[in-house]
Amino acid sequence: MEKVVIKDSAYRLRKAKILHTKKLTANEKFFEIALADGELLDHEPGQFVMISLLGIGEVPISVSSSPTKRESFDICVRAVGKVTRSLHKLKAGSEIGIRGPYGQGFPIQILEGNDLLIVAGGLGIAPLRSLIKYVIDNRRDFGKIHILLGCKEPKELLFSDELDEWNSRADLYYACTVDRADPDWAGNVGLITTLIPGVDLDPQRTFAAVVGPPVMYNFVIKELLAKGIPERQILLSFERNMKCGNGKCGRCQIQNLYVCQNGPVFNYERIKNLSEAF
Amino acid sequence: MEDLHYLILKKERFHDFVRSVSEVGKLVAPVPKGFNNFAFEAVTSAGEIALRYIPTILPLKKFFMPQRETLLEFSTGRKGVVNAVVECEPVTIFGAHTCDLAGIQCLNMVFSERPRDQNYLTRKNQIALIGLECNEYCDQYANCHLVNASFPGGGYDIFFTDLGEFFIVHVKTQAGDMIVGAAGTFEKADSSHINELKKMRTQKRKIFNNEVPVDSRQIPEMFDRSFRARVWKELDERCLACGNCTNVCPTCYCFDIRDELDLSLKHGIRYRVWDSCQLEPFARVAGGMNFRKERAARQRHRYYRKFRYPVDRFARFFCTGCGRCTRTCMADISLKETLNELIKESEDRVWKKWL
Repeated sequence: MEKVVIKDSAYRLRKAKILHTKKLTANEKFFEIALADGELLDHEPGQFVMISLLGIGEVPISVSSSPTKRESFDICVRAVGKVTRSLHKLKAGSEIGIRGPYGQGFPIQILEGNDLLIVAGGLGIAPLRSLIKYVIDNRRDFGKIHILLGCKEPKELLFSDELDEWNSRADLYYACTVDRADPDWAGNVGLITTLIPGVDLDPQRTFAAVVGPPVMYNFVIKELLAKGIPERQILLSFERNMKCGNGKCGRCQIQNLYVCQNGPVFNYERIKNLSEAF
Repeated sequence: MEDLHYLILKKERFHDFVRSVSEVGKLVAPVPKGFNNFAFEAVTSAGEIALRYIPTILPLKKFFMPQRETLLEFSTGRKGVVNAVVECEPVTIFGAHTCDLAGIQCLNMVFSERPRDQNYLTRKNQIALIGLECNEYCDQYANCHLVNASFPGGGYDIFFTDLGEFFIVHVKTQAGDMIVGAAGTFEKADSSHINELKKMRTQKRKIFNNEVPVDSRQIPEMFDRSFRARVWKELDERCLACGNCTNVCPTCYCFDIRDELDLSLKHGIRYRVWDSCQLEPFARVAGGMNFRKERAARQRHRYYRKFRYPVDRFARFFCTGCGRCTRTCMADISLKETLNELIKESEDRVWKKWL
């Protein structure tokens, strides 16, 4: 059996370096990463990369920074499996491998000129932060911006310093809620769906971008439809198990769609009848 | 080269042909393994080859996409090097039935889709395929006619049809031409040989009929109506979730990717291994959520990946009718039975609509 080195393998890695890490919560950590040789990641908000630790494995992780940030990119990782737990142990200066970016992100060209309603549940803020930051950097190109954020408890809030900044901005509407309050929490208490009715929006020109745990989608979609937002203007991002990112390994399939290629961002009209999606 | 290039190989020269091909490089052919099981293995003489055989335990995909193959080789540490590699060798495969040739055509489509899979494509370019026609059914489990795989439909370099005293051989490609030229055991076919082939095919058309009572053009539509069919629930209760059906399927290509370090922890490989959508953890994410938890949903997914989804994507079925999944199932789940159930249920539903 001959072994040949191939140049154009879809599994080859781009070298990258961790520039900076920051613990966000007990389980989530923030990483700023730069590709070697000053290469550009050139992603779209909502796309993901495969993060590779040689000898341990690969995981699909959403990019959390805006493409407007060019010299490096951010990811936000929850320690749940072998690779993510190992990643959490790495410090600034460590080398990792990157594949991607992969998938269809949020269709920015279509969103421009429209209003945006961004609904983030828990770790859903990780991919949505990429969109939010892009929108803030290009604020003039978008209409009204509403950001709704929800998580289980105050101590699980991600990017809390940035949330304060979004909250203080006059050019966007921001609301945050937790399922269960703690004694220091002075904000809203309740599921994220309780924030939607209060938003003043023009449904015909509003695109909703929703990312959160699977259980959240059905309830949020119901509220958005009740608001009159058309099905094709509701954008959802799905999490699935992935090994290849190339539409081959089969793990991320939702019926006839590959989340890694056709998604992870889908509009509701396209997937509403796919029972495996919800 | 002529489009229809037919030659003759007399049966007594078959030995010489096999010997000459195996002397040039690795020759693989169906070999009897006892208990009516067969496997594609390396051979050097005609005596080892089973010319009449039911589909082998594993299909040809094991040569195109080995059960375990290295994707990356790496060394760790500051000066670590990572190389994308492919392990391959030239192989000639003799005796591929039309169902298995169809299976390879399916895999070719999948792995040529962008982003292309260079490991598969590099290996594919080193494999020569020699087909062998089934003049009659291999056994009761096949449904090749239903999925249009009972007659040769390309995907081979050379194709053999056994006509008793001799093989009539269709040479389709330049690679095939080189094989027959190097062997030097072939004679030109004349019109009487071609007529015998036509006669055999006419006879074959009488034997081969749709194995389940449905027009194959109706199948995708039938599946569109069957997502909540009762039969999936029945399969849920019978399926052992062992993954045998997908391992032996010529068109199942799902895989897992894993890393392995050697004992020094300085060198390692990233490799892929066959995986199965029938196994419980297949669609489970690290957070614990399993997106295809029920066996019913997993079995349904398997059937839809054969009869429904590829029709939109590749304009063909990904079932080749080889019958392997039925032969190998420990719970006696039969593909033909499942299709029959779906037909019945689907018709019931259509009638109810009218009544």
